Amino acid sequence: MKVTLRIQRYNPERDSEPYYQEFIVEAGDEKERILDLLHQVKWKFDGTLTFRRSCAHGVCGSDGIRINGRNRLACSTLLRDVNYRKPIVIEPLPSIPIIKDLIVDMSDFYRKYEAVKPYMVNNSPPPEHERYQSNDDAEKLFESAKCILCACCTTSCPSSWSDDNYIGPAALLKAYRFVFDTRDEAADERLDAVDTPDGIWRCHTIFNCVEACPKEINLTWHISQLKKRLTEREM
Amino acid sequence: MIKHQYDVVIIGAGGAGLRAALEIPEGFSCAVLSKVFPTRSHTGAAQGGIGAALGNEEEDSWEWHMFDTVKGSDYLGDQEATEIMAKDAIRAIIELEHMGMPFSRTPEGKIAQRRFGGHTRPEKPDDPDSKRVAVRRSCYSADRTGHVMLHTLYENCIKQKVHFFSEFFVTDLIMSGKSCAGVVAMDVATSEVHVFHAKAVMLATGGYGRVFRITSNAHVGTGDGFSFVYNNGLPLQDMEFVQFHPTGLWKLGILISEAARGEGGILLNNKGERFMERYAPTVKDLAPRDMVSRAIITEIREGRGFKGSDGTFYVHLDVSHLPKEVLNDKLPEITGFARTYLGVEPTREPIPVQPTAHYAMGGIPTTVDAEVTRDKKNTKVPGLYAAGEAACVSVHGANRLGTNSLLDLIVFGRRGGKAIAKFIKGAEFALLPEDAADRTLERIDHLMNSKGKEKVGPLRTELQERMMEKVGVFRNKKDLTEMTSEIKSLRERYREVSIDDKGKIFNTDLVEAIELGNLIDTAEPIIYGALVREESRGAHSREDFPKRDDKKWLKHTLVYKTDGKPKVDYKPVSITRFQPKERKY
Repeated sequence: MKVTLRIQRYNPERDSEPYYQEFIVEAGDEKERILDLLHQVKWKFDGTLTFRRSCAHGVCGSDGIRINGRNRLACSTLLRDVNYRKPIVIEPLPSIPIIKDLIVDMSDFYRKYEAVKPYMVNNSPPPEHERYQSNDDAEKLFESAKCILCACCTTSCPSSWSDDNYIGPAALLKAYRFVFDTRDEAADERLDAVDTPDGIWRCHTIFNCVEACPKEINLTWHISQLKKRLTEREM
Repeated sequence: MIKHQYDVVIIGAGGAGLRAALEIPEGFSCAVLSKVFPTRSHTGAAQGGIGAALGNEEEDSWEWHMFDTVKGSDYLGDQEATEIMAKDAIRAIIELEHMGMPFSRTPEGKIAQRRFGGHTRPEKPDDPDSKRVAVRRSCYSADRTGHVMLHTLYENCIKQKVHFFSEFFVTDLIMSGKSCAGVVAMDVATSEVHVFHAKAVMLATGGYGRVFRITSNAHVGTGDGFSFVYNNGLPLQDMEFVQFHPTGLWKLGILISEAARGEGGILLNNKGERFMERYAPTVKDLAPRDMVSRAIITEIREGRGFKGSDGTFYVHLDVSHLPKEVLNDKLPEITGFARTYLGVEPTREPIPVQPTAHYAMGGIPTTVDAEVTRDKKNTKVPGLYAAGEAACVSVHGANRLGTNSLLDLIVFGRRGGKAIAKFIKGAEFALLPEDAADRTLERIDHLMNSKGKEKVGPLRTELQERMMEKVGVFRNKKDLTEMTSEIKSLRERYREVSIDDKGKIFNTDLVEAIELGNLIDTAEPIIYGALVREESRGAHSREDFPKRDDKKWLKHTLVYKTDGKPKVDYKPVSITRFQPKERKY
């Protein structure tokens, strides 16, 4: 079947502003990945179409884009997940500088991730064996540890849209990942890092991040646990 | 052109590269170059676990792990290296845990372990000759073990302030006489060429899965490191040994972890038979990957597979009888893949699977300290190191066991890092040749200005399809000989490749064109290695030579590039504890 992709294009060496270009591609069935169709455009019609991708099955987080107005991964969105009878609108992630076509500048996103000290801090001498942790405590971390840093959440967040300095849901999720790790000793430093005017309190529980997350992480719940921890600390 | 000088340059930010970077002491400069942002590296796709005889769930020992690895390798793995890996595994896993890696846990709070293909223990622990049964040796974090390991290592690199150059695409090694003096790279964001002058270079560039049409590997798995080494007159070792993972998702090749079978999943043919009982009566579905892949192809050839809508055949992987908690808690990713990509509900329906190109057992020959060697006498190449899938130590020999790849990354990544740390303290910078970047500049210039009629996409597909047909699970002289002329012709046609994108910013058209050259370079030693090795061992299965032949072939292959036919040489296998025996499961 024929499917139309309406792709936002922008080449800074040529274009003064983004525009849309339509490509008609051939899809075998409705289980084709949007990524496969983008590859079809690049490999058959127009080698200048530019996007990031690597694993092609939703574990590396390279190909976060906007498909019909929703932030998703090109490799884990299939035709049947969208209305393909009309042109499918493909755009870069919103509210983040575009470099070229679907490639955005992720440096601010990564800087915010680094701001929450995204690594375990434990200065007590380690035992010879592993640090014991109950399976329940371990599993409290698993959902947050699934994060692939694709930026679908942060760029879907209205608080991020209105405040460039807002740390955003992805970084807050990473803070949770370590604050709630029973092996970690730097919870306070991390809580300090997010307890700022541009920090956690900019989250107004809008749930866009939850809807956007391709790994089905309930970000808002994790952020609420951090807020609770902060409130407890105040008291 | 921009010039940099670093004591150490590490290429690749997967498990091996990151682990090595953590060993570079303060006071020395180290740059990690990666063609993708570090956490996009393919280590993150590993699922089922990392092997170590912790004995957290039942009695285990590193000797048993070593024996299984040697047997799994079909006795081609070097036993000196295998012993180091199996012993060091225990320390390495504990270290990862201390670094913060989240693991699934036992009721006592220890790292949880599960069964995996080819990992066994003697049924009676006091009697090493008793029947071998599956053992819980794979340390895991649900079915996202590689993902959390990669993130943990990256997090520790941030903590240690490692300097990354993300989206820097390395194009060549710089050789200064017999030593390595650095690398040439292209900043993908600007197409600017950079020269990195270094005392030590580590290639941690991963595998070459994309040489094949059906692969579990990421699009970035284009064998770049193999190409650098091969084009600089250095050999590649045991390249004929390509692991086809038995359970790739039909049509897509996406990995469905062996953990599915470790937790109790079984393979079924179109008659509903659990066919692995016939091929490996003791461990059945938990036989090593080479055997299971051959069994699947044999079932299909004998008419017991299912025909897919694309004309290819598959068998069923059934996990529907497993408790829901097991599927949800221990195998959530892979059950998700089946749902997302094939619309199959694994709690009720079997998953269609077929073998998928998964792992390079061969690669850049190294010592046990990740030092690259140039010949059968293991003469070192000063300043050049390799670790991880790119390297061939060799611990995996003719067939790698599941869980041993993540282990290889952290054991030999660390050893390489330590060896580099020692080396740079005494070493001077080798002389940087004036023309270091010339080959890269010419290559880029050629591709940017070529008006040839060949295109990257179709040419790559042709390579991948031919390799799948003729150099797949089963091989024979006729196909391989045909493939030697195919690759020659593909190489000629590659010179006629032109690209659409003539810009400088994020020119991924150019990157893919260079990667295609790397794929072709990498395919050549795979084909020649497979052609000369007239026996069947591990993953290399010759229909015309169905038996293992230790008299003639218990040796490593080294393939060198020449202007004509590649040169082949051989290197002995290190055998210490375990004499070769028939390999039965």
